[in-house]
Amino acid sequence: MIRVALPYHLQTLAGIRSEVTLTVVGPVTRDSVLDALEARYPMLRGTIRDHVTRRRRPMVRFFACSEDLTHDPADAQLPDAVASGEEPLLIVGAIAGG
Amino acid sequence: MSAIRVLVGTRKGAFVLTADGRRRDWSVAGPHFSGWEIYHLKGSPAEPDRIYASQSGGWFGQVIQRSSDGGLTWEQPGSAPPEPNASPDDAAGSPMPQGESNKFVYDTSEETGRPLTTHQWYDGTQHPWEFARVWHLEPSLADPDVVYAGVEDAALFRSTDGGESWHELAGLRGHDTGAEWAPGAGGMCLHTILLDPRDPQRMFVAISAAGSFRTEDGGRTWTTINRGLHSAFLPDPTAEIGHCVHRLAMHPSNPDRLFMQKHWDVMRSDDAGANWYEVSGNLPSDFGFPIHVHAHEPETVYVVPIKSDSEHYPPEGRLRVYRSRTGGNEWEALTDGLPQKDCYVNVLRDAMAVDSLDPCGVYFGTTGGQVYVSPDGGDHWTAIVRDLPGVLSVEVQTLP
Repeated sequence: MIRVALPYHLQTLAGIRSEVTLTVVGPVTRDSVLDALEARYPMLRGTIRDHVTRRRRPMVRFFACSEDLTHDPADAQLPDAVASGEEPLLIVGAIAGG
Repeated sequence: MSAIRVLVGTRKGAFVLTADGRRRDWSVAGPHFSGWEIYHLKGSPAEPDRIYASQSGGWFGQVIQRSSDGGLTWEQPGSAPPEPNASPDDAAGSPMPQGESNKFVYDTSEETGRPLTTHQWYDGTQHPWEFARVWHLEPSLADPDVVYAGVEDAALFRSTDGGESWHELAGLRGHDTGAEWAPGAGGMCLHTILLDPRDPQRMFVAISAAGSFRTEDGGRTWTTINRGLHSAFLPDPTAEIGHCVHRLAMHPSNPDRLFMQKHWDVMRSDDAGANWYEVSGNLPSDFGFPIHVHAHEPETVYVVPIKSDSEHYPPEGRLRVYRSRTGGNEWEALTDGLPQKDCYVNVLRDAMAVDSLDPCGVYFGTTGGQVYVSPDGGDHWTAIVRDLPGVLSVEVQTLP
């Protein structure tokens, strides 16, 4: 199981209050995790990445295992600790604004 | 007794204010969607408990919300409750697209519009159209599942399934002038949508800073309606396009008569926008944002003068609504109950509305978080609430 931690506002949209656990078939990449996340929570489509281009929204970042994975290719394998469920993939809203 | 429901969009959530027809004792519900910018909420005239809301933010983009119980509960149209064991394959096989209520994709097909991909940028170069947010939602007068959305970068979208999916009426952007449209300071937004109650094929829209447009065929083709406007900041002050129209207003009994609050100048048209003439008259400033018409008096118009485009607050720090009972030119200040010193708030373009009781109630919200009501057409004002987040929009529903 893959663990995903969502920021507060996306938790609210999805109606959850904790980490999400997902099953991902095949390689565990950022895109495959987001595909599984959006399949389960369709209301999150378009909020993390663009509907059409699938590029991440500019003020969304991805962290895991104390590393910033934001600029890694979306089809790159996530760390083994994420794939095994030992560590969550953190989806973070950038600290900005007021 | 009738009841009033005021829908307030703010910079940090939505609020629903309710009262009976006396409009004295108010209940405040909210915030809904706390922490998000709520640019606009509006109820369906055909089914008042159906309310649409535009929720947006810089981090996670646009969300459309819909209520079927007058704002008590909300849902994102077309997004089914989470399925515990759903997989991407499940979604692919779903008969109804899900999670597309926030999908606003510009139509560049040859069949429905023109493959227009750029507009004028601040420096005069061409810039790609980029969806930012929904500024205004206008439900159909007859069908609760039909709703129009005015968006930034300026375009008009329509949903015919209660907000579950959206399709651009691409003929507007495909107008011959489309590539000349340019953003104002607040972005290039389509902020006004007026539906003609006599003819569902006719509507009016306004764009900052392009101008006003009219369609007679349900949005397939559009005509610019900016003759008579004068904008000193333009190289050609009377150009067909480029005017910073802030808001249009219409009384349903006479859809050919339009009122306009422009960047500067209050304007009027008696021929459905074909020609405009200035009716600023004795206003202390003809800069402002909202303009509205009395529910029962088609010649009674309200504006809120703001000092200037450089100083977005009331002249002399005195918050005054101005009322004309003559369709413009002759204006009277309405001050009873409004702060008359040290007031430096603004009233944004969608933040004024009227109810349809008799006497007509007038409402507006400020960037300082106050929402004011006058239950007697503007003669006396009281604050319903004083400390909301900055108010972006106010709409009023008169309920049986």
